[in-house]
Amino acid sequence: MIHLRGAYRDYAMGTQTVHALNGVDLEVAQGEYLAITGPSGSGKSTLLHIIGLLDRLSQGGYKLDRRDVTHLDDDELARIRRETIGFVFQFFHLVPRLSAAANVELPLTLAGMAVPERRERVSAALDSFDLADRADHRPDQLSGGQRQRVAIARAMVTRPAILLADEPTGNLDRSAGNEVVHILEELNRNGLTLLMVTHDPELANRAGRQVRIVDGAVAEDRRSGPG
Amino acid sequence: MRNQDLIAFAGDAILGHRFRSALTALGIAVGIAAVVLLTSIGEGIHRFVLAEFTQFGTNLIAVVPGKTETMGISAATISNVRPLSLNDAAALGRLPGVIAAVPVVQGNAPVESAGRSRRAMVLGVGSKMPAVWSMKVATGRFLPRDDPRTPRAYAVLGKTLYTELFGDRSALGQRIRVGGDRYRVVGVMAPKGQFLGFDLDDAVYLPTAKALALFNRESLMEIDLLYGENANVDVLVKQVHQRLVDRHGFEDFTIVTQQQMLDILGSVLDVLTFAVGALGGVSLFVGGVGILTIMTISVRERTAEIGLLRAIGARRRQVLALFLLEALLLAILGGLAGVGLALGITGVLKLLAPALPVYLSPGYALLALVLAMVVGLISGVLPACRASALQPLEALRAE
Repeated sequence: MIHLRGAYRDYAMGTQTVHALNGVDLEVAQGEYLAITGPSGSGKSTLLHIIGLLDRLSQGGYKLDRRDVTHLDDDELARIRRETIGFVFQFFHLVPRLSAAANVELPLTLAGMAVPERRERVSAALDSFDLADRADHRPDQLSGGQRQRVAIARAMVTRPAILLADEPTGNLDRSAGNEVVHILEELNRNGLTLLMVTHDPELANRAGRQVRIVDGAVAEDRRSGPG
Repeated sequence: MRNQDLIAFAGDAILGHRFRSALTALGIAVGIAAVVLLTSIGEGIHRFVLAEFTQFGTNLIAVVPGKTETMGISAATISNVRPLSLNDAAALGRLPGVIAAVPVVQGNAPVESAGRSRRAMVLGVGSKMPAVWSMKVATGRFLPRDDPRTPRAYAVLGKTLYTELFGDRSALGQRIRVGGDRYRVVGVMAPKGQFLGFDLDDAVYLPTAKALALFNRESLMEIDLLYGENANVDVLVKQVHQRLVDRHGFEDFTIVTQQQMLDILGSVLDVLTFAVGALGGVSLFVGGVGILTIMTISVRERTAEIGLLRAIGARRRQVLALFLLEALLLAILGGLAGVGLALGITGVLKLLAPALPVYLSPGYALLALVLAMVVGLISGVLPACRASALQPLEALRAE
């Protein structure tokens, strides 16, 4: 599914060049549950952004679904993000003036889907994340856990193959965080490829596979048994 | 993305900041209202002035003495301009195509009757004047068709002068004195109003030869020719020109057709309308800068939102379209409000100052709306380009 070979990502910081990724090789199969850990500034978020096509490699190759996406143009990348990848962020990134339903609907709206089909998918998504009674609430009328559930519903409404979560529980209390993690794991059990960046070891240990990034390179790649 | 979804999204963004959006739209509204109002007043003046000049009819040719042109030799060395005479007027009147010719002399003299005296405009005109100048006789008749060189001492009074001299009494057959000479009143004109400050009602109309004698003049001030609807003006002007050159030996006169005058006047007034419109354009420009400012702020505030849109699959062009549309909607809102404002103000103006010529044409209002949209698009381009140029990752990080 995900196939990174010799991946480098360099940033120019003033006169210095920072190597955020320093030769990463990574293969992720469909349906895997992967936790990416590492100290801050290690490059784990950069790795997630590269995989999510939000950022480009400076050097190396990236195949997604056996397709070389290293040199695609901007519009093509946007299309793949829309069709294949779902994002969940630490700070939710909901549009504050739109209702929960409209936020969930947004990717379908951008894709130009017809209204009846859109409505159907949105209400199904809201139902499955237990948000049906919150459909008309704006984000500032929702709790943190509800906001992240809206964000997950928005990510899943396009039925992506991969879900990328960047510290999805980082801004939630323990019980809301647990709830969100359980939802994500449930999605993974139904076949979704789940990649999660976290600095919480306990959370990382729940994943089937832990990848530890240090100084932009894979320091440890460990598989643990299910459960 | 479907068009109605684009509009809905941009509309939501505008409604998200009601107060700010209203103020921004107000800037455009004031600009559009200024443009519409000022061009309406300009257009009103345009129509007013043209109406002033066409009240005498449009099928007129005026011949005036002297030739206005610049040549190598000083005019003083060849100052043998022959005056326009009554015979010239008669000769022009006989040209085919010319319906009537009026030899004109104008001046000012005291008019007396039965102890009352009033200084009034004296117009020496021929018997054909009412037809040529589109004027009507109210009572009695106009000057009779005497021999132009030896007319009888008859006079026709303008409405105002008649009322001042005679009040309610009939003036027909009464004797008056104009500059000391005695005349018999044969008619009173219907009111005509003012023309460029000349009150045509506060005037007495005399036979041209009498007026020439009164002012001790040899020459006419002007000869006005009326031609038929079907006449070819260019041909007629050539004939008039030829006839006068034959009589005078060379060109020492100027021919002006009413149409030429109207054309020149029209173009001058168009410039006026455009100039006042441009004045309004200054405030519209300020309104456009307002949109530019607010959209720039909006893009900066919503950077994270732009990042999110890009992350969930929006293309650059979609982001561009969204912000451009937002600027356009603001401008349309402002434009509609501006046209409404202008309509309201012209309505109030008509009530308070009915004399002020204001003419709001629907075409201008529509044009103003289009102008508002153009201003909105231009103001929106820069912020929208900035929004669409953002890298998704950089934008997402701006929280």
